[in-house]
Amino acid sequence: MKVELQNLTKIFPSRNKKVGGEVVAVNNFTFTIPDGKLVGLLGPSGCGKSTTLYMISGLQKPSSGKIFFGDEDVTELSPENRGIGLVFQNYALYPHLTVKQNILFPLQNLRGKDRMTKEEMLARALEAAKLVQIDELMDRKPSELSGGQQQRVAIARALVKMPRVLLLDEPLSNLDARLRLQTREEIRRIQKETGITTVFVTHDQEEAMSISDVIVVMKLGVVQQVGKPQEIYDDPTNLFVAKFLGTPPINVFTGRVEGGKLYIGENAVMNVKGVEDRAVTVAIRPEGFTLAENGPFVCELSNVEVMGRDVSVVSRHEASLNPVVRSIINADNKVDVSSATVSYELKPHKVFLFDAETEERIYFEV
Amino acid sequence: MAKVLDFLNTVFVKGFWQTFCVKWVWQTFFVAWIYKAFYKTFVIKTLKFEKWKGWMYLLPAIVLIMIFTVYPIINTLRLAFTERYNGLNPSYVTYEIGFFNFEHVMESKTFITSLKNTMLICFITVPLSTILALLIAVCLNAIKPLQRFLQTIFFLPYVTNSIAIGMVFAAMFNIVGDVANPDSLGLANSFLKLFGVDPINFINAGSTYGKNILVLVIYIVWNALPFKILVLLGALQSINKQYYDAAKIDGTPRWRVFTRITVPLLSPMIAYVVITGFIGGFKEYSSIVGIFGEKMGPVGGNFRLDTMVGYIYRVIPIGDYGYASAAALILFAIIFVVTMINLYVSKKKTHY
Repeated sequence: MKVELQNLTKIFPSRNKKVGGEVVAVNNFTFTIPDGKLVGLLGPSGCGKSTTLYMISGLQKPSSGKIFFGDEDVTELSPENRGIGLVFQNYALYPHLTVKQNILFPLQNLRGKDRMTKEEMLARALEAAKLVQIDELMDRKPSELSGGQQQRVAIARALVKMPRVLLLDEPLSNLDARLRLQTREEIRRIQKETGITTVFVTHDQEEAMSISDVIVVMKLGVVQQVGKPQEIYDDPTNLFVAKFLGTPPINVFTGRVEGGKLYIGENAVMNVKGVEDRAVTVAIRPEGFTLAENGPFVCELSNVEVMGRDVSVVSRHEASLNPVVRSIINADNKVDVSSATVSYELKPHKVFLFDAETEERIYFEV
Repeated sequence: MAKVLDFLNTVFVKGFWQTFCVKWVWQTFFVAWIYKAFYKTFVIKTLKFEKWKGWMYLLPAIVLIMIFTVYPIINTLRLAFTERYNGLNPSYVTYEIGFFNFEHVMESKTFITSLKNTMLICFITVPLSTILALLIAVCLNAIKPLQRFLQTIFFLPYVTNSIAIGMVFAAMFNIVGDVANPDSLGLANSFLKLFGVDPINFINAGSTYGKNILVLVIYIVWNALPFKILVLLGALQSINKQYYDAAKIDGTPRWRVFTRITVPLLSPMIAYVVITGFIGGFKEYSSIVGIFGEKMGPVGGNFRLDTMVGYIYRVIPIGDYGYASAAALILFAIIFVVTMINLYVSKKKTHY
């Protein structure tokens, strides 16, 4: 089911009417979620990603704008009539019901022509449980399950009525690191198997990058960039997106362009064609550095962290906007730890220029 | 107290006092000297102060509990099994020990009446008030404006003297509204007249037992509501809202949300309210005195509405300490059994 959001806006009225100052949680969100894809809404906390999700679910009404499921306008439809499944951040499993009763609950609500017999319901519940691999835990109470198992039950409960759209609110935030890795693969698998259009919300860029087909990066209620994970990583439209994606974070410097050359500090580090002379903000991915003797980009070496396959070189540069400059280079390259400085050459496709004021991307040719 | 002792200990015994204000030290030197002597001779050597500190904190409460709770309980046990003790002879030696008091009480018609009344009141009012309180709490929780105001109104009976309320109820249900005018109607009957109902004799001479109980039930339920509403409303407000969001998305009908989600999640608090309700119900006394007076019944039906606590209170002044103690033990046994049954049922029916 294709989900279309048109100029979706949500304004929360101010709590204190005298002071005023309403909060625009989501601002003019227009986006089409393609059928059968896994879409990640990504952004720092308070950027309106959860609000967007709740508006798709119908639990919150948009202040303006429209939501379409396929060709059907569902903006005014109540949640139960939209045919959605929602997995809450802390799962919201009914604590007094067993896993089986929890999964059966949505089916028992069906009335009229959708009403099912007990056998049908049980079969459907078992099917959903098998999909998320909890069919052996059917008679346990949620309190007797681990976090990951509870998560699966919540997904099974959302899937059992065969929703048109599955919505996940921070699905992995309550899990520990190892389980998180495992569960995100699981979510990917379940989504692939069912083919249900799925939207999930996360503040963890790694999570979003690893499983989404499409990522939507948001900031303060405004969409910054939409695209495939790798595209966004390789081609950010503004400094915020560049900074938000990637671990370790991107290195940011103040610089300027003069006569087709990019200057960071005193040295010209790279040729940039097609950019007029101006002050810029330079962002370089950690993997965008290559060690080179007499290379143009010189930093004070602070220390070297060995990570097995890679080496992380921590250094300092006067023009850096981050406390340290961190580069990741192949462990085959030997770094002279005793030397005071380290010199790099830059990979042009890992270097992004942004306007110093608007932080919008400036494109250049090598 | 202990903090002061600690402080004095550090300042004087351990010798840090030089660092403190010297003037103040000289002024209190004498006190300190006495304390030091006392501390070294008694506290450290005999009590091992640190070990007994906890007991020192508890001491005031323990003393009071010993005098006003533990001793009376032991005394009740002793009196209940002491035959024909009348309180005049302080020596127990001359009395026989046995079950006579229990036999007498169980054969006594007045006690049987009080037992029946107590049971009746309990088993009608507790379920009724719990269900009403639950409905009112859910309704109160659902409305936003005036919630605080209504909460206060519902809570008023809780902070009002029950005898006073009983007298107001007596006035309301009296058949005559104005003593000077025998033709006037009481408040309740005036209200019923609006619907064309003939005057009903609720509590006056010649009223039936059923109507007496009806008034009593209305009073007790009304009086029991505030506490239950308060507890249940508190529990309702602490239920995670996401359960309701989840139910909404699944299109759960309202009634089903109430029976399948709200009630089960409230069940621990409902169990608590029912158990305390039963305990309170078995001890019902002041409400009857409030409405019907010390004779515990309408004119011509004295002691018809007697309760177990009423029976106990009444036989003490006439010297039947043994009967009172035996009745108190029977009351305790009944409350104990009912509470155990309640706990057993609620353990099966509630989660957590």
